[in-house]
Amino acid sequence: MQDGLVAVVKQDCPTCVLTVPVLADLARTAGLTVYSQDDPAFPAEVAGRIYDGELDTSHRLGIEIVPTLIRFEAGREVDRTYGWDRAEWERVAGRTGLGADLPAMRPGCGAKNIEPGIIERLKIRHGETGLVARRVEIGGGEDEIEAMFDRGWSDGLPLVPPTEERVLRMLAGTARNPQEVVGLVPPDLVPATVEKIAINAVMAGCKPEYLPVVLAAVEAVLEEPFAMHGVLATTMYVGPVVVVNGPVRRQIGMNARGNALGQGNRANATIGRALQLVIRNIGGGRPQEVDRATIGNPGKYTYCFAEDEEGSCWEPLSVERGIAPGVSAVTVFAGYGLQGIVDQKSRDPESLARSFAESLKAVQNVKLAPACDALLVVVPEHERTFREAGWSKQRLLERLHQLTEIPGEDLMAGAKGIAEGGPPSLAGKTVAKYRPGGLMIVRAGGGAGMFSGIIAGWSASGPRGSSPVTKEVKP
Amino acid sequence: MTALLDPTSERSPTIRPRLARPDSIDGMTVGLLDISKPRGDVFLDRLDERLRARGIATKRYMKPTMTRPAPLALRQQIGTEVQLVIEGLAD
Repeated sequence: MQDGLVAVVKQDCPTCVLTVPVLADLARTAGLTVYSQDDPAFPAEVAGRIYDGELDTSHRLGIEIVPTLIRFEAGREVDRTYGWDRAEWERVAGRTGLGADLPAMRPGCGAKNIEPGIIERLKIRHGETGLVARRVEIGGGEDEIEAMFDRGWSDGLPLVPPTEERVLRMLAGTARNPQEVVGLVPPDLVPATVEKIAINAVMAGCKPEYLPVVLAAVEAVLEEPFAMHGVLATTMYVGPVVVVNGPVRRQIGMNARGNALGQGNRANATIGRALQLVIRNIGGGRPQEVDRATIGNPGKYTYCFAEDEEGSCWEPLSVERGIAPGVSAVTVFAGYGLQGIVDQKSRDPESLARSFAESLKAVQNVKLAPACDALLVVVPEHERTFREAGWSKQRLLERLHQLTEIPGEDLMAGAKGIAEGGPPSLAGKTVAKYRPGGLMIVRAGGGAGMFSGIIAGWSASGPRGSSPVTKEVKP
Repeated sequence: MTALLDPTSERSPTIRPRLARPDSIDGMTVGLLDISKPRGDVFLDRLDERLRARGIATKRYMKPTMTRPAPLALRQQIGTEVQLVIEGLAD
């Protein structure tokens, strides 16, 4: 920049319009150079105005508010002010008596070069993104969506192209450094940076404000107790199921009510999908390779929902698992599918608990116990029965553990005419279907319908395999 | 022309050639690795019997759980003690 005074303004800003007489005065008498961000004809009173339509000068000068007045001396910026403040302008301009007819002070307006959608393009053009991922050039005649399928990045559904601009916008959703390593993703045990996770979140269709939830979910599955390698590699059905608690659910518009586990909510759908894409693309975990699932389950596209805390008499899952009330958190559970529990007649808690228990006993196979952990999704019309009877979640869990104990005779191979089952030594014993702590309860679903559900887990539940992990969602 | 950011680990897979099959296992020590899957021991016990009947030395190992890769110390131990490893992968 040449020595002297520089002002950056836009016609769309009333404070800039207010200062036009001062700009004209300084241009005429003090060699002020005026850059206009949005209108080549503004300010008409300044003959030598420069149109900064591409906003490169504004970007280089780091303008955040217009009007901004800067003084350069010996090629360096020595003073700056923004908005209209007569005393400040007089100091920067080294003059007195500026804008005598104007009010003493008026706040400025946001500069055009920092508007969302523009700042990203400017950073890309000026090589300031800080993004280190390899750039994959897609030819002009190539279809981006097809190109991504061809490269094996997709879970089978179309992806949003992760352009630099979209990834930058995604990264604005977190305060974390893009190069921070969140963990090592199996099976390749590759460091997952915030940037790489953001790229996959873009492809999954996430909004930037979902990114902290995606990051927490990735962190959670990479904790040792979750055993993500085994969850991926097993021939069984499971994949990570993500339950979201706390204020973030409503802030990002997650669905905890009607069809909570189904389709149709962008946050629910894309957060779970982003997690799966991270495993696929960063970790290298793909079906029929290290993912050895025999039939898998549709939740391996995405399986994420929020708990309906507002209507519940029970404490949220995250609070039960040690997170402070009012703090956002995700809990990951190695689970699959949904087994319905239809009970439209039970009106007392004991009857309903028995209904739940009989269904829970069928998980995996009626002949197998102990089986796996399970996440019980209790709908509002069922929760009401427990609430009205004063049953805490703990009381229901204790009762379910009792009611899911099975006589060993029923579990022996051959019993009930089924070859599957345990050894004859089970005779005379009682076997718990669920290990202590192996049942979790969340409340979700619409207001009408006595249709709760069981999300069953992995045979290798608990310390020898996968345990649920809860992580706080951090900005 | 559009530039997309690579969502992968950007690794080029390294392909390591398999060790050549030995012409004979005479004089070798064979590791038998139980990955802690049910009935893996039944399979490995039988192999153990048959190998010993042929005069082949064996050593038994066990992963703490089949749900995680073998711990590094166990991998190193196997690598230093035997020339061949047999493991039972499924139930």
